[in-house]
Amino acid sequence: MSEIEGIYAIWLREAKIYMREKERVISSIVSPLLWIFAFGAGVGSTVETVQGYSYQIFIYPGVVVMTVLFASLFYGVYIIWDRKLDFLKEVLVAPVSRASVFAGKALGGATDSMIQVVFLLIIGLFISVPLTPIVIIKAFLMLLLISIAMVSIGLVIGANLKSPEGFTLVINFVMWPMFFFSGALFPVSNLSGWLSAVTFINPLTYGVDAVRGIILGTHQFPIFLDVAVMLLFSLIAMGIGVLSFRRM
Amino acid sequence: MNTKPEGCFSEEPVVIKTEALTRKYGKISAVDSMNLEVKEGEIFGLLGPNGAGKTTLISMLCTILKPTSGRASVNGFDIVKEPGKVRKSIGIVFQAPSVDDLLTGRENLQMHNLLFGVPREIRKQRIHEVLSIVNLEKRADDLVNTYSGGMRRRLELARGIMHHPKILFLDEPTLGLDPQTREHIWEYISDLAVKECMTVMLTTHYMEEAESLCDRVAIIDYGKIVVLDSPSELKNQIVGDVVKLKQRTPDTEALKKLEYVRKIEVKDGLLYLSIKDASKHLQDLLTHTGSIDFVEVRSGTLNDVFMHYTGREIREGEAEGGFWERMMKK
Repeated sequence: MSEIEGIYAIWLREAKIYMREKERVISSIVSPLLWIFAFGAGVGSTVETVQGYSYQIFIYPGVVVMTVLFASLFYGVYIIWDRKLDFLKEVLVAPVSRASVFAGKALGGATDSMIQVVFLLIIGLFISVPLTPIVIIKAFLMLLLISIAMVSIGLVIGANLKSPEGFTLVINFVMWPMFFFSGALFPVSNLSGWLSAVTFINPLTYGVDAVRGIILGTHQFPIFLDVAVMLLFSLIAMGIGVLSFRRM
Repeated sequence: MNTKPEGCFSEEPVVIKTEALTRKYGKISAVDSMNLEVKEGEIFGLLGPNGAGKTTLISMLCTILKPTSGRASVNGFDIVKEPGKVRKSIGIVFQAPSVDDLLTGRENLQMHNLLFGVPREIRKQRIHEVLSIVNLEKRADDLVNTYSGGMRRRLELARGIMHHPKILFLDEPTLGLDPQTREHIWEYISDLAVKECMTVMLTTHYMEEAESLCDRVAIIDYGKIVVLDSPSELKNQIVGDVVKLKQRTPDTEALKKLEYVRKIEVKDGLLYLSIKDASKHLQDLLTHTGSIDFVEVRSGTLNDVFMHYTGREIREGEAEGGFWERMMKK
């Protein structure tokens, strides 16, 4: 009982802080808008259709996943700030287990990301992405799973580093390869050789595939494989996360 | 000093006990084989310059830091084997502020309630109580980033006592506060020690803080306890009064033979004498000094005690090094 209250307390703090820092919300909405309207529409004007959809619609699921990826990974930097400013001490000396502290933080990060997802889903309705209530619910759950996996990785990196500058450096090495080799911007079916191999070992490829399958109905892999890979990946990331928090 | 209400503590059992407690950083022992006993209901001070090992000691007792060797128990719980129980029974106010800026005072307290498992039915009542003790009721619903330094400290004090801890640890509770605010915080500390029936252990490098607040003081240097007693005992027994004078012809031989002169020190051409009772012996003393240019009498301070044992003063400059020390750690 007290563990659950502990998780709730930490989550609540994260959610409140997020809502009070308007810059965080605004900045995270602007970049996906640029991807959809500037990049999507721009490249879309030279590309006919991809898998039967306009390019703008085709990359929409990829952009939503990208937003989740970026927001979730970068969330890890706040653990470094919390530590630097000593806010974290209060939590670390509390009689709750480190697993609960991690869970609260991870849920807080996932909440941040999912608020942005809600914004993007609303925008999707306006650019005629085929979104039905069922699709929205399924996509939301899949994105939540992706978010928890990525928040966990962000927290692992954050818990093991001491400076925000170092975090940014490391996270860029994780974030960009994951994004580019995930098929968010192009279908992975046409790739050949090494590029194709890289996409297959990138767990995010399966996340993108699942979300695109749910929203646009074009699957590369069976959905259960997508979900299984993301689930396994999340569990591993969370496990390492709890271990990192114990050493903190 | 604080007087406890009747029935607060029936006897005075030991609530903090360390046995050869040691913490090493590489080859340096920050806390060196320390033996210490704190009794229930005391306000116990750890006094010493920065880097003396005060914060390291408190961090170990609060289970944030594992000892390299030795044992310690807090409220009867072993700090290594039962950290969860230790944490539940203590309150901590850290050296660096750890209240959340973007939450209100009340929200900070609510979060603490949840984290420390304060029973649901008394939460509201308890928040009200602690806010009134530290006099923050009116500002409770403002964001903490609008608070002054003193108000933040008070909020942290309130938070530290929220879950009815038996022992409250305060790490430099008035560091960086102006003298007026500092005195206010002292009042709050001794006030809540009485109202909440608590044992308080605090670290400080402010002499006046230890003198005006603590029942007993352990002077610490290089990770070891130099001396431990009540502030008045320390001053009376060890230093007494200090007579500073300048002799025309420096000669301390005659003075050394006087039984009431405890210690003679020469610094910058001035003579510093520790005298048992200066008001009684001054007349006699001056007959042995020869002609003098200058004399000054003052009562001894804890700084004199510290100097007596270590041969140096706790200088503010050294002591205020906390900021850099923290920067280097991170």
